[in-house]
Amino acid sequence: MGNWLVNHWFSAAVVAAWLGINIFLFTYYFLFFDRNEQYFYTREILGSALAWARASAKCLNFNSMLILLPVCRNLLSFLRGTCACCRRTLRKQLDHNLAFHKLVAYALALFTAVHTIAHLFNLERYNCSQQAPGGSLAAIVSKLHLQGNNWLNPIHSNHTTPEYVAFTTIPGLTGVIITLALILMVTSSTEFIRRNYFEVFWYTHHLFIVYFAGLIIHGIAGLVRGQTPQSMREAPPRLCAPCLLDRDCGYCCCKEPEFGSIPAEVGGLRSGGMWTLVLELQLQKKGFRMEVGQYIFVNCPAVSLLEWHPFTLTSAPEEDFFSIHIRAAGDWTEGVIDTFQQRTEMPRIKVDGPFGTASEDVFQYEVAMLVGAGIGVTPFASILKSIWYKFQHADQALKTKKIYFYWLCRDTGAFAWFNDLLASLEQKMAESGKADFLTYRLFLTGWDTSIANNAALNFDTVTDTVTGLRHKTIFGRPMWNTEFAAVATAHPRSVVGVFLCGPEALAKSLQRSCHQHSSLDPRKVQFYFNKENF
Amino acid sequence: MGQIEWAMWANEQALAAGLIMLTGGIVAVAGQFKGWYFAAYAIAAGVFVCLLEYPRSRRQKGSTMERCGQRYMTAVLKVFGPLTRNYYVRAILHAALAVPAGFLLSTILGTVCLGIASGIYLLAAVRGEEWRPIEQKPRARPHVGDTIKQPPSNPPPRPPADARKRPPAELGGQVNPAAVEAE
Repeated sequence: MGNWLVNHWFSAAVVAAWLGINIFLFTYYFLFFDRNEQYFYTREILGSALAWARASAKCLNFNSMLILLPVCRNLLSFLRGTCACCRRTLRKQLDHNLAFHKLVAYALALFTAVHTIAHLFNLERYNCSQQAPGGSLAAIVSKLHLQGNNWLNPIHSNHTTPEYVAFTTIPGLTGVIITLALILMVTSSTEFIRRNYFEVFWYTHHLFIVYFAGLIIHGIAGLVRGQTPQSMREAPPRLCAPCLLDRDCGYCCCKEPEFGSIPAEVGGLRSGGMWTLVLELQLQKKGFRMEVGQYIFVNCPAVSLLEWHPFTLTSAPEEDFFSIHIRAAGDWTEGVIDTFQQRTEMPRIKVDGPFGTASEDVFQYEVAMLVGAGIGVTPFASILKSIWYKFQHADQALKTKKIYFYWLCRDTGAFAWFNDLLASLEQKMAESGKADFLTYRLFLTGWDTSIANNAALNFDTVTDTVTGLRHKTIFGRPMWNTEFAAVATAHPRSVVGVFLCGPEALAKSLQRSCHQHSSLDPRKVQFYFNKENF
Repeated sequence: MGQIEWAMWANEQALAAGLIMLTGGIVAVAGQFKGWYFAAYAIAAGVFVCLLEYPRSRRQKGSTMERCGQRYMTAVLKVFGPLTRNYYVRAILHAALAVPAGFLLSTILGTVCLGIASGIYLLAAVRGEEWRPIEQKPRARPHVGDTIKQPPSNPPPRPPADARKRPPAELGGQVNPAAVEAE
């Protein structure tokens, strides 16, 4: 428990603050509309549904303001870069931006439901009061519009239905439209649809423009009214209400109450190196600056005008070009690879970015454990190259003294280019005599008996038979307990950063290992877990 | 974009529409709004749509995550054959179910959502999609006993005792077919 708190205190604090603000807003405005004398007559017609509707409206405003912030990529990159203090804590919090966005979205859905149901009651009660025979205070107050310009009940006809009123007033119509937009956004963003039919989610989610446009004009008409301050002084409701009912009241001069609205309230270079359908694209652009592990969005008009796909940059910032590796994994990627194969000149490519990730922290740790699973190995290409360049030039900003790199994949077929990178790094390190700066292990999880037999037969060769690298390939999954224990023993007083780019299940087990092997004494070995997800 | 199965989104939308219609109906009945009998209909229609849409169809490619406890309704839906398999039928059914709820404000949101789901199902039907039940493949668990290889119960066959005696070592240990001269 102590370890969980140390690792998650900031996230818990942010969620607690958000929840606290929501609860405060709801309770404060609920009591305001339920108790305030200004709305005495309104409450005569509507009952407590007024307070429910207004309180949930305030919370909707608050959450609508927040929902866009966690998904503004440029804003997040800016925050990651400029914050001088508590950098690591802030960056780890920004990793959870999508989780926060979803939390706020759930709150929006809940408050929308409350607000809509409350207004359904409101409209029904306005309509009933308008059609009720005289006598009750609600009926009298509803008919004020017959005597002049003063009105409390927005429904002025007694032959209408709530449905007709809803669709002929601005708040009603915009309310229906934005609720519909919200519902469509929610149904197309379930995990099932997101994972399997991403375009449905992506294009439907742009309905947020309709949502915000409608939200801004939703409250403009000011249909819900309270008593004006001047009228409150001249005809206080508790004293003067009996007058309206033609009963005797102790106050001698009660004027008729007057009502006013609540004021509406209202973000190439070249293509080369094809290997088992992986395309390496090296590009150059004036003024392009990148950090390690960042990603860019790429669009190829020749393949599709509207689709932008994210790719991690695989080059280091020290190189004079930037590169990505595109693997054939669907419609668009196959289309791009085909285009490059068939045309002699390079097709036009548009690039958006680069956008930041957690990997920029890797140089701050004395010891770094980098875990890349499958396609998740790509950001580490950039990191390893950059670390090597920095090491060569004895860069002072590089605090890293030792790197452990774990590469997990089913088979190395699609990542042969990464293989070559490791081989060349190995060679350069051996030449400079710093062969123990980087220790890497490759785990092949998709082995069969023939591969294992082959490995057993060639047990005593210097290089590995599968990869040709100096470190032997290990078959099966890594035993994290052993690995973490070994690192903790070798570096008993260091701060170790664990970086993962891979599946959720692996993240959980690495996080558990970090908690288990971090010492409670802050001077001894500490493991910090960082995760990048796509 | 060519591989989108619209029926999957239509299914999520229809399920949501069913719930919204149900909620709107409950609100109107509980509040005894004017015309609350439309709301009573909406409750029934909402429950029916939810039950119909709960079992997810199998995806065309790859494995499908099924909803918790959906196999009971899957069994029911399979009985109706083409009525539940064909998406034209579903599109028309949802459009028809949606209309009566459109007369009351509380349930009109359910109407519009179900109408949209009906439209997406129509698109799915035009593209030839069908509802297919998710079958549970019986996992053949290998009996643990099969994987344990028993040691052989018989010794390896050996030649008879006199053949086991080694022949006397020859000079050089090898008989050359052709004469060889050491250089």
